[in-house]
Amino acid sequence: MSRRVALEASHAAAEAARMADVDVISAYPITPQTHIPERLAEMVADGELNAAYIPVESEHSALSACLGAAAVGARTFTATAGQGLELMHEVVYVASSMRYPVVMTVCNRALSAPLSVWGDHSDAMAVRDIGWIQVFCQNNQEAFDLTLWAFRVGEDPKVLLPVMIHIDGFHLSHVTEPVILPEQEEVDRFLPRFHYPFALDPNRPMTHGAFGPPEIYSEAKLAQEVAFRNSKAVILRGWREFGDIFGRYYHPVEEYRTENAETLFLTMGSFTETAKIVIDARRGKGEAIGLISLRLWRPFPFEEFRRIVKDAKILIVFDRCISPGMGGPVFSEVRSALYDEEPRPKVVGLIGGLGGRDMSEKDFDYVISRGGEIAEKGSEKMLETVGIRGEMVGTGE
Amino acid sequence: MADKLTWKDMEVGNIVTEAGSASFRRTGDWRTERPILDKEKCIKCALCWIYCPDVAIKPSEGGYYEADLYYCKGCGICARICPAEAIMMTEEEEK
Repeated sequence: MSRRVALEASHAAAEAARMADVDVISAYPITPQTHIPERLAEMVADGELNAAYIPVESEHSALSACLGAAAVGARTFTATAGQGLELMHEVVYVASSMRYPVVMTVCNRALSAPLSVWGDHSDAMAVRDIGWIQVFCQNNQEAFDLTLWAFRVGEDPKVLLPVMIHIDGFHLSHVTEPVILPEQEEVDRFLPRFHYPFALDPNRPMTHGAFGPPEIYSEAKLAQEVAFRNSKAVILRGWREFGDIFGRYYHPVEEYRTENAETLFLTMGSFTETAKIVIDARRGKGEAIGLISLRLWRPFPFEEFRRIVKDAKILIVFDRCISPGMGGPVFSEVRSALYDEEPRPKVVGLIGGLGGRDMSEKDFDYVISRGGEIAEKGSEKMLETVGIRGEMVGTGE
Repeated sequence: MADKLTWKDMEVGNIVTEAGSASFRRTGDWRTERPILDKEKCIKCALCWIYCPDVAIKPSEGGYYEADLYYCKGCGICARICPAEAIMMTEEEEK
């Protein structure tokens, strides 16, 4: 029998790592991720989890230790946030290029300065190009479910790639919600033991991390890119099989009331649940509006995304990050993904919820109204924002 | 050899599954200085052989130890460690 318990998302992620029976945990505490390594340290100390827990002096070392552990075939887990993810930035590329299926939870946090421990997606957007499979969670159940799924997908012999699970700092990491925890037997059925085919072994010497001179580097990167894109099939199969065992089905692009929608609103992560309330209210008034959320961020789900938005007239994208001199990163990518499509919706972008700023139903209602206006008349403003005090000036050109 | 490989030939994570493949690599062409052994001074203590980080110094005839210039990178550790000062580092350009 599964159990329904009250857990914050941090503890849900830690519980998933425990039920996945990880071999090695190496992490450095940073707000708002701290509760994850703290809970795992308790589990190891209390004998609830038989794993090596490696305390380290920095996030750079945390992920480096995970790579070493993965190289001998250990199931590895770590977690970080914001500045910590930046400090391990060099190593995140190594993990994907060397094809080590480390699983990492990132409790999304704004980047300094000004110093902020609160949530937004600037840390996630700074790691778009690292070659990790990346997903966003809307609630605590997903923090649990997607962690289990991450091991299954990353460790698949056809994939062998690291997986990053984004959960919003504080808005999820520190919020307690009901979470359904499965039986260990169900987890074991979903998640077989990890057998890394190239585990370091003194009886079978080989080299990991050799250098790649100019005559080989380009081929190495293309091989990595093909493997990354091909991981999509395993990602989808993993979600199907997860649903068949646990009863909850996940998709690369999640849809909410999108049937016959002329306007679609796009959010990422936990804000999606608040936005649903606004969609319900507008649907109640007879508006043809729906909500979509990118669950799979990398590899980008071009096919599903294009199929879902093709009949809409307007797509309003909400970003929790500014790409300086460019705008909203999700907006830019989504618009680019649709450039060759015919027909395609008019795509507009707004930015808000930075550095832990709450986004209320009223704010989302404004985003949708204003988005509709921009789609119709265009915008003279440098950036379209919500909830930020002071009038926005022109384009600067 | 490497410039014939296509992306499909790349091993997962670019792992080199063949042990000892570094021996195919001519690291000696990085050298700017090479060690020259003075056999008059050499006491055959083998410290240079022990300390060479590239295993480029090998036992030679008569109980001496000499650098294999195919691999020797010219780091000079052998010259520094030699208690008899029998190894001199010489510029590559000098004959």
